[in-house]
Amino acid sequence: MAHKTINIKLRVWRQKDAKSKGGFENYELENISVDSSFLEMIDVLNEKLVSENKEPVAYDHDCREGICGMCSLFINGRAHGPDSLVTTCQLHMRKFSDGETITIEPWRVGSFPIIKDLMVDRTAYEKIMQAGGFVSVSTGGVPDANSVTIPKADADEAMDAAACIGCGACVATCKNSSAMLFVAAKVSQLALLPQGKVEASRRAKNMVAKMDELGFGNCSNTGACEMECPKGISLAHIARLNREFLAANIRG
Amino acid sequence: MTKLNSKVPEGKLKDKWSNYKAHQNLVNPANKRKIDVIIVGSGLAGGAAAASLAEMGFKVKVFCYQDSPRRAHSIAAQGGINAAKNYPNDGDTIYRLFYDTIKGGDYRSREANVYRLAEVSNEIIDQAVAQGVPFARDYSGYLDNRSFGGALVSRTFYARGQTGQQLLLGAYGALTRQIGLGNIEMYNRSELMDIVLVEGKARGIVTRNLKTGEIKSHFGHAVVLATGGYGNVFYLSTNAMGSNGSAVWKAYKKGAFFANPAFVQIHPTCIPRHGEFQSKLTLMSESLRNDGRIWVPKKKEDAEAIRAGKMRPEDIPDEDRDFYLERRYPAFGNLVPRDVASRAAKERTDKGFGIEKNSTGEGVYLDFKYAIERLGKDAIEARYGNLFQMYEKITDENPYETPMRIYPTIHYTMGGLWVDYELQSTIPGLFVAGEANFSDHGANRLGASALMQGLADGYFVLPYTIQNYLAYEITNPRLNPEEHSEFKKTEEDVKERINKLMSIQGKQSAEHFHRELGKIMWEYVGMARDEKGLKTAIEKIKALRKEFWEDLHIPGSTDTVNPELEKANRVADFLELGELMAYDALNRNESSGGHFRLEYATEEGEALRRDDEYMYVAAWEYKGDDKEPALNKEPLHYEEIEVKTRNYKTA
Repeated sequence: MAHKTINIKLRVWRQKDAKSKGGFENYELENISVDSSFLEMIDVLNEKLVSENKEPVAYDHDCREGICGMCSLFINGRAHGPDSLVTTCQLHMRKFSDGETITIEPWRVGSFPIIKDLMVDRTAYEKIMQAGGFVSVSTGGVPDANSVTIPKADADEAMDAAACIGCGACVATCKNSSAMLFVAAKVSQLALLPQGKVEASRRAKNMVAKMDELGFGNCSNTGACEMECPKGISLAHIARLNREFLAANIRG
Repeated sequence: MTKLNSKVPEGKLKDKWSNYKAHQNLVNPANKRKIDVIIVGSGLAGGAAAASLAEMGFKVKVFCYQDSPRRAHSIAAQGGINAAKNYPNDGDTIYRLFYDTIKGGDYRSREANVYRLAEVSNEIIDQAVAQGVPFARDYSGYLDNRSFGGALVSRTFYARGQTGQQLLLGAYGALTRQIGLGNIEMYNRSELMDIVLVEGKARGIVTRNLKTGEIKSHFGHAVVLATGGYGNVFYLSTNAMGSNGSAVWKAYKKGAFFANPAFVQIHPTCIPRHGEFQSKLTLMSESLRNDGRIWVPKKKEDAEAIRAGKMRPEDIPDEDRDFYLERRYPAFGNLVPRDVASRAAKERTDKGFGIEKNSTGEGVYLDFKYAIERLGKDAIEARYGNLFQMYEKITDENPYETPMRIYPTIHYTMGGLWVDYELQSTIPGLFVAGEANFSDHGANRLGASALMQGLADGYFVLPYTIQNYLAYEITNPRLNPEEHSEFKKTEEDVKERINKLMSIQGKQSAEHFHRELGKIMWEYVGMARDEKGLKTAIEKIKALRKEFWEDLHIPGSTDTVNPELEKANRVADFLELGELMAYDALNRNESSGGHFRLEYATEEGEALRRDDEYMYVAAWEYKGDDKEPALNKEPLHYEEIEVKTRNYKTA
């Protein structure tokens, strides 16, 4: 059975390195299967560029099943493109129409400098996590897993928050370039569990301080981050972060 | 005469690990600070080992090719992790987990290692819960379990369909805490290019910075490879795009033996491919076989009508559906081990009962209709919601209403670098953990055991056993790689290799060669192998390799981000590794686990093992680029287990 195909025009951001000035380049592709993923479409573009002895478009990707968080891309003005609750690697070409022009840009966030073309440097996220995104437990000497019961609702809500893949879509979408949803996901997950509760306030304080230090903006509750999060992380976690943060500051 | 010493401790099976720990050498706290350990790979095995060693006081350097250690491909494991907790009170024990794993591996793994794995399994769950891993719980607040293939008990812990992600983020948290404390130096976007040996011992590595192209040497008193499997030799697999075999291959060429390279796992439930430009295949978790029933049409004309798009699966009444796993294996049904389920799917599609509307005509159904009738849609959504959503995004079909289309694909490599009981390779000072080593899964891995092994190696085995080696290193000061001749020489070799790749200036992309290699591997070294096909594969791979070195084209330069160079470097190694896999498959004149030789099957089509001749680990030794590898054998002895033919038909 023949698969349905479309012809598309691409406007792709090309930038040699962090210091160089970038700009859009135009490309055209024909006979792209609507069943292929967005990144498979870029692979086709890149093979074409390589065959013409041109440099392929550099972009980040790895697992291609929506879980590693490596892929990014702003597609037609939206983080991870026009579909909801997916990463770019899970976006499929059936979401585009024949003859459409597709604009592809990197995350545009001051704290995530462009490395090349569509690749950005998300080291700032690593630094926030190093400031407290964990339970301070070492290997060994811990109690039996069933020695502490956790209400199912709490475990489920912690899991909702823990689903964050650290892709950066929330920051890229936020008009303030705030990393609050990313920080809140970790703070909230651990604050909901007895194992993480002990350090909850301290964690909130340290992670928020690091986020501010690295130049991310403030949260003004527009909710855009939640709309574009490929894992549907809820704004309610930001409320929990604020509670923990406040508690930390009251205690001093 | 074998050169291999497995170093399995004396004593009864159940006492070996505690005896080992009681008598091994340890390094005192003051000396730990003077010892550097290099860890390549930041997945479950590498991340957990790095965190644990740094907590103990060692100085650790971790390398990964991704932009963050949190992105290692362990993150994609969906279904769960096994442990012998027996929380459901269904009769599980450490011995039973050990037994199931040995049997599931078709009696081709090392008994003492597997027993140790089962023994530490429970500690992993305790550790993960302490880290804040949000495992599924029931309304009592206690942990929940589900069943996986090859077991008659429910021993699998899970966090929705994202268990690998949650366990990896647990290990990443521990790793990241040690980075923050200054005990771990983290090198992201760094690829291992070679291993440095000094006086026969692993003393460091040479890496390429994937942002700047810088070639740099790093010193370690020991080197740990936790770089995952080499399934991407098949081009299409469930692995990440960057997953590669280069680190283990470099180690092999420096003298580490490669064990059982032909033992590859083909996972029965993946989404079938859609066309030529497919870049990877997506797994649908084995946990789905708890509630989904696998079938194909009973009548060939129905299968033909479905392939032609003239009929839908919902149109076929129950009596015309062939639930072939339930029919052939009544005791285990849909939960037979992966190798058995994959071969059964191939058997049906080879006979013309496949359902996929493409040229291959492959594909079978995984149907949730019955579970939804029994439990309701909400219950199924709670269990597998994210998997169903993923399926729908990829295929544009709703699995609540129509059965999933699935087909087997390459998923995991049981083979890997040969290691002894201490996880040390045949190169002193070079340790191998997780999927990168060969030790625990024999010829077939059971579901939910990869996460168990990665974390067992990383948290509880390697941080102990490596000290038995490091205890002798405390008097050896750190080497300065910038001044040492062996480091400089290895750096020069690496630069020469890169220049050689860049200067071919042919016409074909690395992707082209990778795709061609994948076709050869899948056709001749895939689910069914025979002598003639394997010999053909070896010839074809040699020819393709020659073409690669004559006609490869890499645009761009070496001193910046160059994804084509990265890919070419990995494909060059796959083009050698694939040949060794074919060699190993040709040597093993039997069928065992994932290795199925058409010449060795029972009349019913089941695998025919030949214990008299092949109950050994095949450890291959590199002899030179144009020379045949040498075979070393580690005989397998089973003291506690009676070796039997696997039977999943009756309990």
